[in-house]
Amino acid sequence: MNTAHPPFSPDAFGPDAMIMKGIDGMNWRLKDYESRGGYAALRKILAERIPPDAIIAEVKKSALRGRGGAGFPTGLKWSFMPRSFPGQKYMVCNSDEGEPGTFKDRDILRYNPHSVIEGMIIGGYATGASVGYNYVHGEIWDIYEQFEGAIAEARAAGYLGPSILGSDFSFELHAFHGWGAYICGEETALLESLEGKRGQPRFKPPFPASYGLYGKPTTINNTETFAAVPWIVAHGGERFLELGRPNNGGTKIFSVSGNVERPGNYEVRLGTPFATLLEMAGGVTKGRRLKAVIPGGSSMPVLPADVMMKTDMDYDSIAKAGSMLGSGAVIVMDDSTCMVKALERLAYFYYEESCGQCTPCREGTGWLYRMVHRIETGRGRPEDLDALTSIADNIQGHTICALGDAAALPVKSFISHFRDEFLHHIEHKRCAVSVAGGYATNPGATLRAAA
Amino acid sequence: MLSSQATEKIDRELTKYPPDQKRSAVISALAIAQHENGHLSAEVMDAVAAYLGMPPIAVYEVATFYGMYDLEPVGAHKLCICTNLPCALRGSVEAAEHLKRKLGIDFNETTPDGKFTLKEGECFGACGDAPVVLHNNKAMLSFMSKERIDQLLAELSK
Repeated sequence: MNTAHPPFSPDAFGPDAMIMKGIDGMNWRLKDYESRGGYAALRKILAERIPPDAIIAEVKKSALRGRGGAGFPTGLKWSFMPRSFPGQKYMVCNSDEGEPGTFKDRDILRYNPHSVIEGMIIGGYATGASVGYNYVHGEIWDIYEQFEGAIAEARAAGYLGPSILGSDFSFELHAFHGWGAYICGEETALLESLEGKRGQPRFKPPFPASYGLYGKPTTINNTETFAAVPWIVAHGGERFLELGRPNNGGTKIFSVSGNVERPGNYEVRLGTPFATLLEMAGGVTKGRRLKAVIPGGSSMPVLPADVMMKTDMDYDSIAKAGSMLGSGAVIVMDDSTCMVKALERLAYFYYEESCGQCTPCREGTGWLYRMVHRIETGRGRPEDLDALTSIADNIQGHTICALGDAAALPVKSFISHFRDEFLHHIEHKRCAVSVAGGYATNPGATLRAAA
Repeated sequence: MLSSQATEKIDRELTKYPPDQKRSAVISALAIAQHENGHLSAEVMDAVAAYLGMPPIAVYEVATFYGMYDLEPVGAHKLCICTNLPCALRGSVEAAEHLKRKLGIDFNETTPDGKFTLKEGECFGACGDAPVVLHNNKAMLSFMSKERIDQLLAELSK
């Protein structure tokens, strides 16, 4: 779907949409959400005094896995929150969506914000947290402001604040905005940022469930994860699980970008073949040939077209194919794309966004970028490919957070799947791509001065 | 250095955090201060530090870490274009080159009349709308083809 021009058809996100079902781009307000059955799950919990443990058990049964990138089971994460902790506990939503290729949380927040609010309130109830923060990516200012409006609506209706709907449960929610730092999408960097500091990730353990925001027990989930919770509570974990596959419950919103006719967000059942998703996005641009796909956001390994066309879109299938579902960002590249140039841009991104805390990442990302840049600009040496792999190996697993791995994985996968293209660049000092009009080497043109 | 409108906004932010965690408001306070002053001078950052009861160095640390703060003066219109891979696959590099040509400046430069500053951005989380331009940090402009860039520049030049 084309997300820029609401109102759009209520099935724009796909026939199997659950979170985005009936969304037309205009109906984001509280009354619209209620008319779609919104806040019924919360009402049911409070009216029937459902025990928190029963809710966690239901979420476990649903096999809902974290939608931000790591795919960690949500119910299990909630169960780590210490039950008997006497002080303040926090619920944090990670809407710091900056993983290249990912733009689903933006659509959830602008078109269905109350699903996230309700999910966070339920999460707070289940884990005993009475205060929540939604950390919104700084670049989407209008959506941050809109979310504040949605919070105000929920507060006025008695869904937020003290004694929600007359019960003895209280929950307060606030919106927080970032200001341009990819690393704050990492959960402990996000906490540092929420505390008013540089977004530098913390050592784990201790995990946020024991030492989180302001040192208090904290649960951090992705926007889409929270948005799925009300449905699970309303319809049962079993039904959610059945929408997907065993261990891969529910639907997932995939952000399809790059060389497709209709880039946009498509919500499909987990386990849907990639070919179906590609078709929903209108197929490859101008009928060109599919070359490669990064199936889970720029930090995940790239896969060649033939592998992708045989792969289903769920956590386990994509892992089996050699990559990861990640955030569900599907970056499609056709045969007009130069893989060296594509990797050069990603390498620059990680170099630019490394927080500088760990030496292997701070120094290594610069080396990676400079070497790929050298190959891209026709100054590569035969030994460069092995050196790149070696540097990547020396970053991966040697840093506090996953940004190091995120920088290393694209390098290793691009070289292993498209080695010939890199060798061609090194030997012939020019690009192997012959299809014009795409993202390929343009001799003499450099976007920015070398780092 | 901070107007009463600015401190009013900062006060509203402060209500979100525990009374002993005023520091949590620093990211929004700096954004508010930048919006009011055009950029963050040392004096402005010191004023934010004083208002939040933070050591100035702790405020500088934040201001130099997050990419959307401007520590140097920028033009009346800061245009930031994402050139990351998903956007580049949909013509954002051509759009960036077009912006450079039309404005006669490179990334991180300001036009001599002080009207425009051009920046290269990293992922805004709007890859489906590529090419995307962020205007003065707060307005996301989608599908910025050369024609739409021309329209935008004409409008902003009025």
